[in-house]
Amino acid sequence: MMDLSLKGQLPNNIVTTKVDDVLNWARASSLWYLLFGLACCGIELMQTGGPRADLDRFGMVFRATPRQSDLMIVAGTLTYKMALRTKVLYEQMPEPKYVVSMGSCANCGGLFQLAYSVVKGVDKVIPVDVYVPGCPPRPEALTQGLLKIQEKMMQEKFARRAV
Amino acid sequence: MNFEEILKKLTEKLGAEDLKAVTDQAGDPYVLVPAAKIVEILSFLKTEPSLSFETLSNLTGVDAPPDELDVVYHLFSYTQEHSFTLKVRVPKSAAKVSTVEGLYPGANWLEREAYDLLGVVFEGHSDLRRILLPDDWEGHPLRKDYEPKEDYHGIETTRPSLLGTP
Repeated sequence: MMDLSLKGQLPNNIVTTKVDDVLNWARASSLWYLLFGLACCGIELMQTGGPRADLDRFGMVFRATPRQSDLMIVAGTLTYKMALRTKVLYEQMPEPKYVVSMGSCANCGGLFQLAYSVVKGVDKVIPVDVYVPGCPPRPEALTQGLLKIQEKMMQEKFARRAV
Repeated sequence: MNFEEILKKLTEKLGAEDLKAVTDQAGDPYVLVPAAKIVEILSFLKTEPSLSFETLSNLTGVDAPPDELDVVYHLFSYTQEHSFTLKVRVPKSAAKVSTVEGLYPGANWLEREAYDLLGVVFEGHSDLRRILLPDDWEGHPLRKDYEPKEDYHGIETTRPSLLGTP
């Protein structure tokens, strides 16, 4: 029987792994998020991107256009007027794409859920992957949510997914 | 000048029958005036040198149950350093008030807001559109008899409570 193991047959600076793992690792390590601060959570989102919480260390940077974004962080109160725009922005993002709902307002309408103009949760409009509770969530909480997104991304099967 | 002095000036000019001063309620004392005369009255308050109300600090609407709407005018004078409040009361079924845009250009957006949220129609307004809500919104939500719709462009407007029905 032929030995298929590459052990000991490659130079030291070459490693072997699965295609999915490499693709997922690359994607999860350069997660560009759409600038989408709708209310006070947007301020906390900026803090998370700043030097103290420092999202850059995960390879995350903000983009000002949905066409270059992998992740939409809905940070703040979503009104019906904005909801239609949110849908358009989401549809403009290239696949694979992810959504983080940041804060109580984005999760369920929060403090303003009895208001006539506020959407009762972003998931009424677009699919949401991770919900971050808080009003607003601290940068640590948002960072935890983004690590959860990375965990989810590492589970994706691109090379051998069912068509 | 204080409220009584300003009211006296106004009464001298217009007579007492159209002016109803309300001073016994919480908040600023105000004068209730007929909707048909609001432009004339504001014009006098603005141009009379001893009053000089050159600023409309705020214009807003209030639902006055059961079936009336108030439009409130807050005036301020920087030269005389005094303020004054007027109200106009119109029936909900025919909520029409003349625009004061000609006297105070800043009234443009304030009147659009009162129109958007309460449905007060300002006759003669140059651009009476909704200002906050989407153009295709139905109804005027700050009216007490406003009922929210089931959905907006396919978006549900209700979310069941996690704690069960209260």
